[in-house]
Amino acid sequence: MFQGILIAGFGGQGVLSTGQLLAYAGMLEDKHVAWIPSYGPEMRGGTANCGVTISDIPISSPVVTEPTVLIAMNRPSLEKFEPKIVQDGIALINSSLVDTEVQRDDIKSVYINANELAEEIGNSKIANNIILGALVEMTGVVSGESVVESLKKVLPPKRHNLIDINREALEKGKKLAEEARVKTAM
Amino acid sequence: MKKVFTRPESFNDIPMHYCPGCTHGIIHRLVAETIDELNMVDRAIGVAPVGCSVFIYNYIDCDMYQASHGRAPAVATGVKRVVPDGVVFTYQGDGDMAAIGTAEIVHAAARGENITVIFVNNAVYAMTGGQMAPTTLMGQKTTTTPHGRESDANGYPVKMAEMLSTLDGSSYISRVSVHDPKNINKAKKSIKKAFEVQMENKGFTMVEVLSICPTNWGLSPKESVKWLDENMIPYYPLGEYKVPAEV
Amino acid sequence: MRKKLSKVLMKGNEAIGEGAVRAGCRYFFGYPITPQSELPHYLAKRLPEENGVYLQSESETSAINMVYGAAGAGSRVMTSSSGPGISLMQEGISYIAGAELPCVIVNMMRGGPGLGNIAPAQSDYLQAVKGGGHGDYFVVCIAPASVQEIIDFMYDAFDIADKYFTPVMVLADGILGQMMEPVEFKENQEMELPEKPWAANGKRGRESKNIINSLYIVPEDLEEHNFKLKDKYSIIEEKEQRWEEYYTEDAELVLTAFGTSARVCKAVVDKARQEGLAVGLIRPIMVWPFPQKAFDKVIHSAKQFLTVEMNTGQMVEDVKLAVAGRRPVYFTGRPGGMLPIANDIFEEVKKLMSGGAE
Repeated sequence: MFQGILIAGFGGQGVLSTGQLLAYAGMLEDKHVAWIPSYGPEMRGGTANCGVTISDIPISSPVVTEPTVLIAMNRPSLEKFEPKIVQDGIALINSSLVDTEVQRDDIKSVYINANELAEEIGNSKIANNIILGALVEMTGVVSGESVVESLKKVLPPKRHNLIDINREALEKGKKLAEEARVKTAM
Repeated sequence: MKKVFTRPESFNDIPMHYCPGCTHGIIHRLVAETIDELNMVDRAIGVAPVGCSVFIYNYIDCDMYQASHGRAPAVATGVKRVVPDGVVFTYQGDGDMAAIGTAEIVHAAARGENITVIFVNNAVYAMTGGQMAPTTLMGQKTTTTPHGRESDANGYPVKMAEMLSTLDGSSYISRVSVHDPKNINKAKKSIKKAFEVQMENKGFTMVEVLSICPTNWGLSPKESVKWLDENMIPYYPLGEYKVPAEV
Repeated sequence: MRKKLSKVLMKGNEAIGEGAVRAGCRYFFGYPITPQSELPHYLAKRLPEENGVYLQSESETSAINMVYGAAGAGSRVMTSSSGPGISLMQEGISYIAGAELPCVIVNMMRGGPGLGNIAPAQSDYLQAVKGGGHGDYFVVCIAPASVQEIIDFMYDAFDIADKYFTPVMVLADGILGQMMEPVEFKENQEMELPEKPWAANGKRGRESKNIINSLYIVPEDLEEHNFKLKDKYSIIEEKEQRWEEYYTEDAELVLTAFGTSARVCKAVVDKARQEGLAVGLIRPIMVWPFPQKAFDKVIHSAKQFLTVEMNTGQMVEDVKLAVAGRRPVYFTGRPGGMLPIANDIFEEVKKLMSGGAE
């Protein structure tokens, strides 16, 4: 098992912490994990991205140059990284903020209007975890339980009241991925 | 018979390397007397960077650091942070402190480092051969200002005591001179006060000491003393520039 | 699901800070620079908890001189920076080496020369392993390749510094500083730090004064001092070479790489072995002293060497010295903040092994 996951979006969308959550879940499952951010001036308000590698064998470079999965939280991220996705890889697109479509037909793409769905559930900040729920379902890279377990570690205690709503977000994403699979099968 | 004058205990009995007429020996002695009088030879730690006085570690009988050019206040900061009950002093010349080491001295003062700086100002780079110093006076001839210092080419002398006394972190700042016995006595009092302020943890202290350099000034010691009195003191007025309220 | 309670996910820069604190370091002096800033951020919070001192200096020049003072006073002390700041520190490092003081200096390397950029690179290898400043000296250089190694090596760095009275540099690249990996901490034991009777921290009843000094004005004296340092460096070269061997026993082509480059090269070796190619890797853990012994060990089977670096070819000079003309030594690298790609290196390997080298 090897997944090189690239999570990209605007600064402030929480892409770095979403990546950390995923890496933490991998660690709880005793897998080899590495997380690396893009760093420097572009961190301040521009684009932000991080790579998360989860693997059964030791990780060589932590830099995700050829992602097996791309989470694109905005349009520039999709345009920049779509060409880098490996063949048969996955693109998870936040269609609330991306109004274009994937050009390639050799990758699986799933569109999730995460911002609207997050508002429906009741907190705009959980959009990332809806998409993360879909990723977990589609790749099986870690279990959903590990992600919830990681929330307890990653969130400071005073934010633990948000665990339930995040769990709901993850489950929503899982369900959307299941539906997408059914659609593909049909 | 009553002994009225003797070598301070913390002053090592070895020949000094200074040129005839140099006042470093007097200033060293004042520091050593102070160390004796404040009974702190066991806690005193000195830092001397590159310059004529780099060998001070041979003369004063306390723990000592030789530092790179200009960096003594940074070294002293490192020492003092590890040894907060140490009485830490630097002994720096004008080229060292007012040129290459400007950043270090300004920020040690700004941080209010509890150290004492003895700043020897003789208006010339002495060890390297009499070049213009940041404190060289207007019109003063040096090996690198053969026709005298001119503002067009070389700007103006730096007044360190005035400058550092503007910083909130500085606590005791004075300028003294060692060109005659009366002033030597005053210098001694000021140096002692600076150390006392440090020992009360009141912040950064500095004593600027106007000093002669007969060798590089090209004057006899007697002429040098006169030159200091007539030229340096008008530009670098003596006195206490900053005194903590309670002292 | 097996949970290890002691395992935490940690950024390399923070791991350096925590590793240093656990190794007994209580003093840090530094100046901000990317990509190592998380380290001062971490220590600014962490050191006061241990009654230590974190101090932000006015420049890297000052930082290293504060280290000189704190090391001379007998403490375990550290500073950190990246390329441009390390260049500014070289004067002070030379004084520290000359005065034989123990300290740890972290260089989280980025692209150069000049302002270069802030992306990860191994551009300061030669500066690090050939002394770096003025005069006749070396700095022990340890090169971790994972966040776990960073933690483990911080103990070694401080111990070696104290043992040999020498500055020790932790030489890493921006990736190792920025990445997060799981780490496990050894049980935190009370450390017994070595006595430092030479420290200049006030005589306190001592018979004679202690002097921290690198000045030997009489040439005969300095020559004696230089030879004494040389003897010390020879002992370090004999005793402290460290490296990792990866499939080298029968390797016909031996890769050499350190830090992040070595991680990439391991993937290359794995791939090569899957295709039946006898490729191995020597990963210097100490880059000074350079692991000469590793090369003597593999020379019987090795037909050629390929050095991989994140620069235009620096460590390859030491590989050539170690191989000493016995076999050809080739180089491939990516400078400027770019990363060597496993597939590209593998292509190079295949070309060399099929006799395709020029």
